[in-house]
Amino acid sequence: MGLRYFRRRTVNIVSLTGSLLATIFGLFWLFWILWTTVSYGIAALDWNLFHQNTPAPGGIGGLANAIVGSLIMVGLATVIGTPVGILAGTYLAEYGGRTWVAGTIRFINDILLSAPSIIIGLFVYELVVVSMGHFSALAGAIALAIIMLPVVIRTTEEMLRLVPNTLREAALALGAPRWKMISLVAYRAALSGILTGVLLAIARIAGETAPLLFTALSNQFWSTDLMQPMANLPVVIFQFAMSPYSEWHTLAWAGSLLITLSVLILSIVARALLSKAHMDH
Amino acid sequence: MNNGGSHISDAISGRQRLMDRFFQALTTGSAWLVLVILAGIIVSLFVGGWQALVAFGPKFLVTDEWNPVTEKFGALVPIYGTLISSLIALLIAVPMSFGIAVFLTEVAPGWMRRPIGTAIELLAAIPSIIYGMWGLFVFAPVMSDRVQPWLQNHFGDTPLIGALFQGAPLGIGMLPAGIILGIMIIPFITALMRDVFLTTPKFLKESAYGVGATHWEVVWNVVLPYTRVGAVGGIFLGLGRALGETMAVTFVIGNTHRMSASLFEPGNSIASTLANEFNEAVGDMHTSALIALGLVLFMITFIVLALAKLLLLGLESRDSAKS
Amino acid sequence: MENDISGKIQVRDLNFFYGKYQALKNIGLDIATNMVTAFIGPSGCGKSTLLRTFNRMYELYPGQRATGDIQLDGENILAPGTDLFRLRARVGMVFQKPTPFPMSIYENIAFGVRLYEKLLRSEMDDRVEWALQQAALWGEVKDKLRQNGMSLSGGQQQRLCIARAIAVKPEVMLLDEPASALDPISTLKIEELIYELKKNYTIVIVTHNMQQAARVSDFTAFMYLGEAVEFGNTNTIFTNPSKKQTEDYITGRYG
Repeated sequence: MGLRYFRRRTVNIVSLTGSLLATIFGLFWLFWILWTTVSYGIAALDWNLFHQNTPAPGGIGGLANAIVGSLIMVGLATVIGTPVGILAGTYLAEYGGRTWVAGTIRFINDILLSAPSIIIGLFVYELVVVSMGHFSALAGAIALAIIMLPVVIRTTEEMLRLVPNTLREAALALGAPRWKMISLVAYRAALSGILTGVLLAIARIAGETAPLLFTALSNQFWSTDLMQPMANLPVVIFQFAMSPYSEWHTLAWAGSLLITLSVLILSIVARALLSKAHMDH
Repeated sequence: MNNGGSHISDAISGRQRLMDRFFQALTTGSAWLVLVILAGIIVSLFVGGWQALVAFGPKFLVTDEWNPVTEKFGALVPIYGTLISSLIALLIAVPMSFGIAVFLTEVAPGWMRRPIGTAIELLAAIPSIIYGMWGLFVFAPVMSDRVQPWLQNHFGDTPLIGALFQGAPLGIGMLPAGIILGIMIIPFITALMRDVFLTTPKFLKESAYGVGATHWEVVWNVVLPYTRVGAVGGIFLGLGRALGETMAVTFVIGNTHRMSASLFEPGNSIASTLANEFNEAVGDMHTSALIALGLVLFMITFIVLALAKLLLLGLESRDSAKS
Repeated sequence: MENDISGKIQVRDLNFFYGKYQALKNIGLDIATNMVTAFIGPSGCGKSTLLRTFNRMYELYPGQRATGDIQLDGENILAPGTDLFRLRARVGMVFQKPTPFPMSIYENIAFGVRLYEKLLRSEMDDRVEWALQQAALWGEVKDKLRQNGMSLSGGQQQRLCIARAIAVKPEVMLLDEPASALDPISTLKIEELIYELKKNYTIVIVTHNMQQAARVSDFTAFMYLGEAVEFGNTNTIFTNPSKKQTEDYITGRYG
């Protein structure tokens, strides 16, 4: 009996230690990657980054056009994707309920959420680039909007579901039409949660490269023309990293740092808002 | 004194009803957009890949030739690369995610759980291209200088497994790609496993503790069987993500159209092939073959993700039926 | 004219269904104008369900439906063409759990008014003050109208909800267990309020607290398993009920 018990205890300790080691394993990679990005990135930081455009091979320059291009495309994608996403999430929470239509949309939405972003890029290529005849920032923004859509839809629905029905009834009991009950009361109650969804979606698309490869492509020069290819950080990083030029590698690290910082800040802010949203209920 | 709603004229009331219908239509239309996008993706991939699909037929899936010059294309090499790299990823991620989920739900003291959980989730927030940069410039050299030679020295001569570790230790190739993929999908599988472990009813665990079971025994004999379906769903979700992953893989897989038993050899996945060749495609057939590749990838990931969702949905209805 | 026996609200042959389950069976009773009518009965008897037919609140939920006749001032509100917005402006409701909107106290009250009235700023200020006075809350919040409604105590929140309902000048007020989530002192305040309010409003109150019904109401309906078992003058119901079921409930045999 003593031996058996001893064996069980050992198995217990070994397994639980294993779980600790697994956690350390995960955190190890996190810190290594972040450390690398920060240290290489900071070494590459330079004021030139922000007011010089991407250089020719072997030359020096900055990332100004890429930074601005990313901001424009992510901004445009947000403008397109956010209202559509919130409205769709509203349908699922307020009107669709348990109907099989809503269930199907939810199912497909969750699949699209994890679908390969490069396929979205192919789709928008066929839809927009081929019709227009050339790459464009608009196509890139559309691709990014499609990628952010499922995230916004899902969080909006979840957050609206957290709003208690008595609040809805209280608004309706005053004679409010349904659209006002939703837009003036329900949205207000779910606001921080919905905002979180939008921020998380922005964080997601800020780092996306694949969908831009076939839509916005990139641009050596400064351009804010939506109808033309536009420089953007992710694709520039890709091109520069795969090249043999060390000056380009340096710029790629600088760009990586910028993207990582933006994504981390957005994620942290979003998470802080999310815990506030859950606490308010 | 009480207007009793008499100030609400028919006109005002009618306008509100109209707005109600308009708003509902707006939300419904936006929601249907999701289905339209799915249909659009499938249609556009078929249309774009039609030329290649018609030219090569089902053999497309099993041909390993990829020649833009002679215009002979086959998906076997990219499919192989996608599957092998994802398999390696799963081999690494599943046990690790399980361990982390156990740690977060059973071992870690209460105050530690949120911060560590958040830290693991940050792995998911890091964009793919950052994994690629790190993979190419930092991880690959380490692989090539230390890890791969070590593997080759110790296992290179064993029968069967040895074949996995042949060839020059380049640092890039199938193995590094698989490892990085594994790290990338850990947060997804962990999050799902943790959520699902937490749904185990307390009384089930307490009755096991009550008869003297150890922590581990409770996890292995009570929690895991109860959450089996959800855990598998989480694994499928991780697999779905791994299959479609592009940038991290493109940076380190080596971009070579070759199938090989050795994990040290470079190869190609569907996503990396697309990323590398699409914009420089030589001719319509090449483009069409690439889009057909995209279709194959979409089909595979769709099925895997749908399976994951079905497993997880089944869990939801079981849980709500019980409560 | 104040005690219109023929009733502000007249219910005839009312049946209510949650899907296939019938929750109300052939209800018939009259709600007197500017009086307090209470619905009492054990859990699940249908008293809240009955209350919620008076402003058709159930319309929010697919699968719930009512058949029969409910006349408000002679018009059947269950008729298909009924203007629900107008109905709900005339028939206000206060819920069991206080539900202030996530806005300032001022905005909470102004919300209902703004729906269908265009008031100048000064007029709205007056209306808000008036409503809060009616709900006996003005003194406590007049200096913090900009504060969030959810920052008030439970009892204050409930009076805010009452003020919110009053602000749109309804004719009928439906109170669904308005004090059950409150402490005894707040409950007392609410009961005093009801006594004042009935001068100007027809009030229907659902309560699981028999003593409260006895204190506060003029008429009482005792309900059991979806039926209106007995309905009449509160005094009569409590001192000399004609049905044994009623008597059993009143004397605490079950509940």
